[in-house]
Amino acid sequence: MNEYLPVAILMLIAGAVGAIMMFVGGLIRPKKYDKVKSSVYECGMPEFSDARKRYNVRFYIVALLFVLFDVEIVFLYPWAVAFGDIGLYGLVAMFLFLIILVIGFLYEWKKGALEWV
Amino acid sequence: MQNMNNNVAEIVTVNMGPQHPSTHGVLRLVVDLDGETIVNVTPDVGYLHRGTEKLAENRTYHQFIPLTDRLDYLSPLSNNLAYCLAVEKFFGVKIPERADYMRVIYAELARVASHLVWIATHALDIGAMTVFLYAFRERERVLDMFECATGQRMTSSWIRIGGVRADAPEEFFKLAKDFVDEFDGFVDLYENLLTNNRIWKMRTIGIGMLNADDAQDYGTSGPLMRGAGIDFDLRRDEPYCCYDKFQFEIPTQPEGDTYARYKVRMKELREANKIVAQALENLPEGPIMTDDPRVAMPAHEDVYERMESLIRRFYLISKGFRPPKGETYQGIEAPKGELGFYIVSEGEERPYRLKIRAPSYVNLGVLNHMAQGHMLADLVAIIGTNDVVLGEIDR
Amino acid sequence: MLLPIVFTIIKILIIVTVILLAVAYMTYAERKVIGAMQVRLGPTHTGPYGLLQPIADAVKLIAKEDLTPDMVDRPVFIIAPLLTMVPALAGFAVIPFADNFTMFGMEIKPYITDLNIGLLYVLAISSVGTYGVIMSGWASNSKYALLGSLRSSAQVLSYETAMGLSLVAPVLLAGSLSLREITLAQAGMWFVVPQIVAFVVYVIAAVAETNRAPFDLAEAETEIVAGFHVEYSSMKFALFFLGEYANMYLVSTIATVMFLGGWNGPLLPPLVWFVIKVLFIMFIFLWLRATLPRLRFDQLMSLGWKVLIPIALANLMITAIVVHIVR
Repeated sequence: MNEYLPVAILMLIAGAVGAIMMFVGGLIRPKKYDKVKSSVYECGMPEFSDARKRYNVRFYIVALLFVLFDVEIVFLYPWAVAFGDIGLYGLVAMFLFLIILVIGFLYEWKKGALEWV
Repeated sequence: MQNMNNNVAEIVTVNMGPQHPSTHGVLRLVVDLDGETIVNVTPDVGYLHRGTEKLAENRTYHQFIPLTDRLDYLSPLSNNLAYCLAVEKFFGVKIPERADYMRVIYAELARVASHLVWIATHALDIGAMTVFLYAFRERERVLDMFECATGQRMTSSWIRIGGVRADAPEEFFKLAKDFVDEFDGFVDLYENLLTNNRIWKMRTIGIGMLNADDAQDYGTSGPLMRGAGIDFDLRRDEPYCCYDKFQFEIPTQPEGDTYARYKVRMKELREANKIVAQALENLPEGPIMTDDPRVAMPAHEDVYERMESLIRRFYLISKGFRPPKGETYQGIEAPKGELGFYIVSEGEERPYRLKIRAPSYVNLGVLNHMAQGHMLADLVAIIGTNDVVLGEIDR
Repeated sequence: MLLPIVFTIIKILIIVTVILLAVAYMTYAERKVIGAMQVRLGPTHTGPYGLLQPIADAVKLIAKEDLTPDMVDRPVFIIAPLLTMVPALAGFAVIPFADNFTMFGMEIKPYITDLNIGLLYVLAISSVGTYGVIMSGWASNSKYALLGSLRSSAQVLSYETAMGLSLVAPVLLAGSLSLREITLAQAGMWFVVPQIVAFVVYVIAAVAETNRAPFDLAEAETEIVAGFHVEYSSMKFALFFLGEYANMYLVSTIATVMFLGGWNGPLLPPLVWFVIKVLFIMFIFLWLRATLPRLRFDQLMSLGWKVLIPIALANLMITAIVVHIVR
């Protein structure tokens, strides 16, 4: 666990640096409230509606595919590290796995899951 | 909560402009978005309205010239030219040849300047920042030339009814010759950065489709129309000044997309340059202002020595001239398309009505048609390819 | 027990300071380099050759009023910039800047820690930065910001897989995930030589990860007016900026470690080699920005999925077969 302690310290320090930068300036910077000034930017016009609406995210299926592929990559890393030890067996096993994924990927591609516009 | 069960996504309405980096001035677009796909675009114009047409009714014909500068402020000399040609049509004034040549030189240089701003901003909108600065470097030289010849970089008001205000100094011709010689190289430079650039092609090919029928139905003109494959150019088809004396091509592209219009304008840059080169070469000697007493000021020497000239000058300055009763229309091929002035005269010193057919205004009308179904990112490309100038739209 | 911790803290402080300074001067370098490419000068007025420009910028940003629009989700609005910046800095924890060396009779390790899963750690932590972008877009309650953050998430979906795949091949060659060991494995030959394809894929993905042109969709000025940070001002904005540039350094150091042999190199001291390589990649970032137009985000997605992922996958399979045969 000792190796991870420096990481935690670094994160703390980085966070502290950020927070200090954000808040210390507050001592010197001006602060004048103005209704128009603190309205949301919409090219200088009053906004039509609240921005928190249901929004059509069309790349939803790509996002699902992404989850699959990212998991696949997580599998690949330990395999790559241990590649020297597992030899032909490891190569064939991973290739089977990859081929199944590639077939799935090609199927999705042909089905048009990547054409979401 | 009612929406929970239906699949129809909400349409989000967004203001784009007037304070937006790529709406080229104060154009406001109300954009209906489905995701990032454009459902509908409504241009909302008028933020730069100055009442130019109304102002014309209270000014003498001569006094209106400076206001034309402020229409398409990227090519003021083209506007001067269109207006002056329209007024001259009332009288049937014969313009000296040298003045005609100078007008052609100015108008084509204005086209170069205007198209340079177009390529600069169009490329910048799509994200190619460097082209912007290269094009502005060359535009700077054109403006320097205008400054040398007219004393003003932008609002020059140099083309007058009956000719041009004064002859250009020697230095102008030197600057112009150097520029003309080098200019093709500059266009090559921009084309190197863009024409075969894959990302540029991805962003422009198939974007903002406008076929020949729609281009005609919407009344578009200029590069927008020639990019849709319609071979029409007022300089060739209804020649004014002395364009019939020059050799030049009218570039057209049949595809009708943003890339086609890009190619058309790039070729137009080269053609405009060719015309300037020819005009500089064959520039005749002679006066640059007509001696037609109905519109032209008497020469300065005469004013000092002859009573009649003095009176005439005084009259022209204080009262202006009276065109005959009637109406006239003159269109020219401005950088953005057909720029026309329609003037109704009641025989007064001031026009009864003056209507400007601004190419940008008409071209903007086709924006919704071009943008529907594309993405928000394409909208800026489409505004860019439309090449609108708000000074002209709002008048 | 206490001494190593103090030692570590000193190292961390040095590294954080150096990164912050490097970020500040990267903005200066960017303006100068791109200025030179665009036939202009860049900053000249603040100090000799404009060298004090980053400091002037910092002072300005600190002294600016910090606007928080009325309708924002305050806690998220404040956390978002921190969430972009902290992971970018935290990523440097495992970067070996140079080989171990002895100074004052002590062995000094020029890295904060050497995790045996160093690469995975970096990949994981650098993905967190995207949450800052997405959260800021949501918290701002501005449509442009929301569009920006959605674009950003689309961007993550496009490049992250390709990026991960491209890094597996060097891991395969080195047989370790520790960045230090990967560097040591490149003493003979930099991995860029056998893995040029993976290197190119990685650099493209890295440009996308850092929101830089031509993939600066999430903050495309001319389209969605700076996108996710449109509502941010003052130091909050500066933190986004800082995070972005620190992230650029981070992906450059990863490229250096994974492909360009890290500190390995003849004649010059290891640290100098490391810095030269990082700056070279940073220069590529600037060069791209000055040259290329911006992609549309569906185009980036098809680039990622239809070009980069197949290439990276094929590259990995070929590498595996070749490595198996050679061994």
